[in-house]
Amino acid sequence: MTDLSKTGAAVGEPVRAGEPPQAFLEVRDLKVHFPTDDGLVKSVDGLSFQLEKGKTLGIVGESGSGKSVTSLAVMGLHRLGNRGKNVQMSGEIWLDGKELVSASPDEVRRMRGRQMAMIFQDPLSAMHPYYTVGNQIVEAYRVHNKVDKKTARRRAVELLDRVGIPEPDKRVDMYPHEFSGGMRQRAMIAMALVNNPELLIADEPTTALDVTVQAQILDLIRDLQKEFGSAVVIITHDLGVVAEIADDILVMYGGRCVERGPVDKIFDEPSHPYTWGLLGSMPRIDRAQTDRLIPVKGQPPSLINVPSGCAFNPRCPYADVPKGGITRTERPELREVGSRHFTACHLSQEDRTRIWTEEIAPKL
Amino acid sequence: MSETETGAAAAAVKAAPADDEKPLLKVEGLVKHFPIKKGLLQRQVGAVKAVDGIDFEVRRGETLGVVGESGCGKSTMGRLITRLLEPSGGKIEFDGTDITHLNTGGMRPLRRDVQMIFQDPYGSLNPRHTIGSIVSAPFRLQGVEPEGGVKKEVQRLLELVGLSPEHYNRYPHEFSGGQRQRIGIARALALKPRMVVADEPVSALDVSIQAQVVNLMDDLQDELGLTYVIIAHDLSVVRHVSDRIAVMYLGKIVELADRDSLYASPMHPYTKALLSAVPIPDPKRRTQKSERILLRGDVPSPIAPPSGCRFHTRCWKATEVCRTTEPPLIELRPGQRVACHHPEDFADQQPQDTVLLSAAKEAAELVADEVLAESAPEPASEPEPEPETAPDSESEPESEPESAPAKDSQRAAEESTEK
Amino acid sequence: MISYIIRRTIAALVLLLVVTAVTFGIFFILPKLAGQTADQLAQQYIGKNPTPEDIAAVKANLGLDQPVYIQYWDFIKGIVSGATYDLGPTTVRCDAPCFGYSFKDHLEVWPQLTERLPVTLSLAVGAAVLWLVGGIAAGVISALKPGSFFDRSAMGVALAGVSLPMFFTGQLALLLFSYQLEIFGRTYVPLTENPSQWANTLFLPWCSLALLYSAIYARLTRSGMLETMSEDFIRTARAKGLRERKVVVRHGLRAALTPLVTVFGMDIGLLLGGAVITETVFSLHGIGEYAVEAITANDLPPILGVTLLAAFFVVFMNLVVDLLYATIDPRVRLS
Repeated sequence: MTDLSKTGAAVGEPVRAGEPPQAFLEVRDLKVHFPTDDGLVKSVDGLSFQLEKGKTLGIVGESGSGKSVTSLAVMGLHRLGNRGKNVQMSGEIWLDGKELVSASPDEVRRMRGRQMAMIFQDPLSAMHPYYTVGNQIVEAYRVHNKVDKKTARRRAVELLDRVGIPEPDKRVDMYPHEFSGGMRQRAMIAMALVNNPELLIADEPTTALDVTVQAQILDLIRDLQKEFGSAVVIITHDLGVVAEIADDILVMYGGRCVERGPVDKIFDEPSHPYTWGLLGSMPRIDRAQTDRLIPVKGQPPSLINVPSGCAFNPRCPYADVPKGGITRTERPELREVGSRHFTACHLSQEDRTRIWTEEIAPKL
Repeated sequence: MSETETGAAAAAVKAAPADDEKPLLKVEGLVKHFPIKKGLLQRQVGAVKAVDGIDFEVRRGETLGVVGESGCGKSTMGRLITRLLEPSGGKIEFDGTDITHLNTGGMRPLRRDVQMIFQDPYGSLNPRHTIGSIVSAPFRLQGVEPEGGVKKEVQRLLELVGLSPEHYNRYPHEFSGGQRQRIGIARALALKPRMVVADEPVSALDVSIQAQVVNLMDDLQDELGLTYVIIAHDLSVVRHVSDRIAVMYLGKIVELADRDSLYASPMHPYTKALLSAVPIPDPKRRTQKSERILLRGDVPSPIAPPSGCRFHTRCWKATEVCRTTEPPLIELRPGQRVACHHPEDFADQQPQDTVLLSAAKEAAELVADEVLAESAPEPASEPEPEPETAPDSESEPESEPESAPAKDSQRAAEESTEK
Repeated sequence: MISYIIRRTIAALVLLLVVTAVTFGIFFILPKLAGQTADQLAQQYIGKNPTPEDIAAVKANLGLDQPVYIQYWDFIKGIVSGATYDLGPTTVRCDAPCFGYSFKDHLEVWPQLTERLPVTLSLAVGAAVLWLVGGIAAGVISALKPGSFFDRSAMGVALAGVSLPMFFTGQLALLLFSYQLEIFGRTYVPLTENPSQWANTLFLPWCSLALLYSAIYARLTRSGMLETMSEDFIRTARAKGLRERKVVVRHGLRAALTPLVTVFGMDIGLLLGGAVITETVFSLHGIGEYAVEAITANDLPPILGVTLLAAFFVVFMNLVVDLLYATIDPRVRLS
């Protein structure tokens, strides 16, 4: 995989490939490609980001943007399962000073569930239907702790209580199908937190839930993060959710990061046309809508034939704005456009500011 | 859906005089119970009360949004008014005709006028049929020969929903989710229906695609004068598309109001909680946690819904009357019908009943102080520090001095703020 | 759970009653509907050139001239409390459960069945053990490495196993290992008398039968396992940091094998009703062979008896499957 250029690592910061990072979680130029009969699926194609403990990173993107594969890659789960047999991965993933891409699968496995844990979108299918909730939490605890079943069970009850499940000593012996959707997601969170992980990855944790339950779960995640001080990566398509919970936001499109920065910047001065598109597409509950939505035209790109330049180019309304001789086939790299705020777009700073302030912002 | 007109005005402006004054769809006391059968003899041991007595009407040319959480009966309601399900009770009138118990044959003419769009653009299109045959199916079923032939009409429909007429011979799997939803819309529009019931039409789609479909439905309404009933769980989408909105909870409509009134000042506590739970895509609002109302627990089972007001088990304002008496859905403000004994920002309907249920006290812990304060516009006149210390004070007769009846909700505020 | 067991058992009993009624109908009512008289019907129960007395005796013994409900009642009563056959010179007391009396062989059916049942049982159970172990192991390994050399060769063998008929593989094995090499015996010896001789004789039939079934089971296991291993809960198990072996065995296999329980129950039920071809090929005197003999001789009571026994096994195994399912999958218990 050395033939892939080391481009994405330079996100306005000096390239330090191979050197251990300052940040708790640092991903450098991550590429995850799946060979298929139809061609090479470039699910993630050069992604870099950092995350400190106690902070939350929101990864936003639509289906097929590579956001879920990114999280699986960090967990080392991308190569497990039928699809991952021939996966090609390159880049670096540093977690607490340890590099995971080059680590042996068994090393990564031992970190999984202990140092890094994950919660999934649909808690019903994510829990084994044949085992009680307690059993599944006990199992998660006993993988990494040499304790007897009784101790582990006590721990499970304690965790269930902590995530707000009433009568935890009774619920611990119930099966997932006997729980409501919200309860199941709480139990999933309990399972993920049983070993006090330093990194929690939540992949669309509230998408399958009702809005009032979603509010409860987001509240819970926020509380627990405060209590445990872990780093949280939350993956979602819902800009409302990230606005609610994230410190930093990373917008993905076609397997790459198109914009990343602190949450206020992304919402107040978004600088990538795709981010503008997302904001314009979204009906707002907090504002009286007087105008039509501004959808992004066209369809998401195929990850097999990603456009050679900017992946968003075919759908970009500003593709024709002159960009000082830069051709469409040239790929835009992340450039710093503000403090800790990066964007991958050929538009000049002036054009960007003008379009945002004059054309986009007034319509939102 | 049309942007220039809002709320009741929309219907009024669009409605021509005389006949059009009457609503297009009128639903009275609609009930659907799904029996639960058990044992060898399949004895009925209970029923899922999916829809349990709802009244509403849909005006010509308007969009009625129906929101609620899973299990509130909104999808069942949609299937009842399109008569895909047989109601257990009540009455459905479409354009003056009683269609409640029409059989398949009797429904045939109606099937042209009322069409449905489904959530899942993957499951609702037969993968073995071409787009042409899917979209032309309504013509075959109804035995209609459109002007200029079926193929031409289908191609016109495909163009109408933003697809290319060349897609006629392709199969569903060749299309993306958004395109499939367009196909579903084209099929629904084939017979020039007057009313379209859309059950979660955009919730399976990506955000950017969602907006395309929402705009398409908007355009089609203007162009074809359609009446929409849009069922969705996403309150932002519903706000965007609807003229009026019905909020459902456990088989009942708890509030039915013009869009602006509902979002600006929800009167039912459930509506208020529901709206406050929607994450707002504006990080600056995050600090104002105060606006959020976290409801306790889950929605109770529709098999044995709570007595009285169904929301009383989770409501922070619930009093004894809420447990015993079901509040009727009445028009408290013009264009805003609410089923609540103690509505928000309004004169209390049961002023004599002031003692909070213990469940309400627990629930109030999860309601931000500002919300409670807001519920009681005037500042507390006489702080009462003692009564809430007794956890079971609801069983006590009346420990507090009588205050102005309208201040009941304000008392709720006091009680929890002082905790 | 207990109420579930009771309900399923009652359902099974009812089903069994229905099965007897249907079987009875086929043997006694259908011919009547087809226009056969009681005399013609009675004639079929006896050998060639029957005397009028024989016919009258059979008619009286089977109650063929009685109304249908009395016939059915007698039939059920015979199974429950036995029956007596008056054969002119002699009287035969057929003890409960009386599955009928063969007027051609002059033998009661039930003792014939019980005598032959151990043979069929030995054959079915032994083969089942082989095919479960072989089929499931091959299926799991194939599923874990789909497209690998093992997968492709195992599935190739499986395809051959399904396609090759028993009378080909069986005869071939018999010819090679028993007649030519004389490794395996050909005379059935009960397990209680000489276990090693028992196994020695049954080894070839076991293998031939298991080859057929393990092929099916390997394919079923493989597809079930492939599906299960892509489930979300497998991803969760891996996310916990479980070793892959544990993920496969504890989380994957249990879910993947659940549907197999149904198939297995049906297969065993059917086999116990007589592994017709295997028993014929290897000259084992089991239920299946008894049925073949009866059919060849056009002797109705044994056929009726075998049918009932087979039906009983299928219903019984169905009950076992239902109960097993409830033990494996907690979601079943509630509904």
